[in-house]
Amino acid sequence: MVMGLAKNPLVLLGFALAILVSACNTDKNKDSSLQLNAEDLEADSSATAGIQSVKQIFYSLPSPLETALILKRSGAKYNEEILNPVDNLTKYNTNKSMALNLGIYSTDLSYASLFDQTQATIKFMTASKKMAENLGILNAIDNSVIQRLEENVNNRDVIMETISETFLNTNSILEEDDRVAIGSIILVGGWLEGLYIATSLVEDVKSTDNELVDRIVDQKFSLETVLNLLNQNIDNPDVKDIHNDILELKKIYDEVQISVSKVEVVQDSKSKVTTLSSKNVVTVNPAVFNKLKLKVKELRTKYTA
Amino acid sequence: MRSFSYIFILSLFLLLPFLGNAQCKNFAKKVCKLELNPYIHDGNFNAAILTEGEDAELFKTFYAGQEYRISVCGSESIPTVEFVVMDVDRKVLYTNAKNNFATSWDFKVEATQQLIIVVKVPTSNDKNTEIQSGCVAIMFGLKTD
Repeated sequence: MVMGLAKNPLVLLGFALAILVSACNTDKNKDSSLQLNAEDLEADSSATAGIQSVKQIFYSLPSPLETALILKRSGAKYNEEILNPVDNLTKYNTNKSMALNLGIYSTDLSYASLFDQTQATIKFMTASKKMAENLGILNAIDNSVIQRLEENVNNRDVIMETISETFLNTNSILEEDDRVAIGSIILVGGWLEGLYIATSLVEDVKSTDNELVDRIVDQKFSLETVLNLLNQNIDNPDVKDIHNDILELKKIYDEVQISVSKVEVVQDSKSKVTTLSSKNVVTVNPAVFNKLKLKVKELRTKYTA
Repeated sequence: MRSFSYIFILSLFLLLPFLGNAQCKNFAKKVCKLELNPYIHDGNFNAAILTEGEDAELFKTFYAGQEYRISVCGSESIPTVEFVVMDVDRKVLYTNAKNNFATSWDFKVEATQQLIIVVKVPTSNDKNTEIQSGCVAIMFGLKTD
């Protein structure tokens, strides 16, 4: 029967078309609850007839590079002792642990690079390369990347550009290979490492005007993005586990209050840079902050163990 | 020989979506990323194949003190892509439709907040042409000082 069908080119073509349509519609970033508006449907009625149109939704987390930049701007100091030792590499043998620690090492290398710690940058890039290779993300970080870092030890721009390129390669290869669940775990690992570095560097939460504390509190905004991003791949058991962990973190963040004022758009015709002017009023007591710090440490220890 | 034709047709259809993704990746890397200069690309990859009339939304938190460049670009096969930046209440803060369909926008936020970026591929005015699809990429640049 099957053989008979396979001999008919029309059936074969129909089958191939069905797979094609199915592949195009199984985008993990689509939210089926959102439909194209009426105007769109009217304009495209002939083309969309019979095909369920859905809006694609992306949740973008701060990349390891952005996290490191935010840390530095907030007055963070460099402390290599809090980073994940590369000796731990051999412990990571599952897809989940490798993906989480690829994210963790990516943030560590970005943090090291922004503080001009070249040897540490190369060390963490080598660790990231190993994790990427073990995950089957081949060619995202090749030997030429390490070589470029070694040849440009005093050129931070080239180093940052190189790091940015490796992230783009990793993300796009995973997207291309339809391994977005792994991609989301890497991003969450990197995000959590940023939060771990930041919370580890805050010794006295009571001191006012601590920009680093402000940025830690700000992660309440990104936390929603983390949960939404993981939700898109919640069928994956590893993603589900991490989602549960992040929900525990959310319980603590729920005790942090942020009130947001209206946004005013201020244009600077000279610099051509627009400022979105607004103010956040934050309420967080030291006990909640310490609880948050402990939970972040607990999760980070779990992921790097 | 006939079997070979079947396999070829089947392979072609199976590979098409992946070829599209690969082209999108190259487009994002070779075209859109250049628009970010002198800002440094954050490393994230947000790109998809969109058809005329389709739109997509991206949610991202932007941090106080950091200056950003958003770059939105679409492949030549589709009409000029519109992009709108909104706050969480969906109040429009920027639209490139009022700025000569600029492909990038530089901004900073005084207070950390989540913004929504909507990209839309308009329908072509020419009713006689076929509806086109193409790659649309949203990329973020960071000012490093």
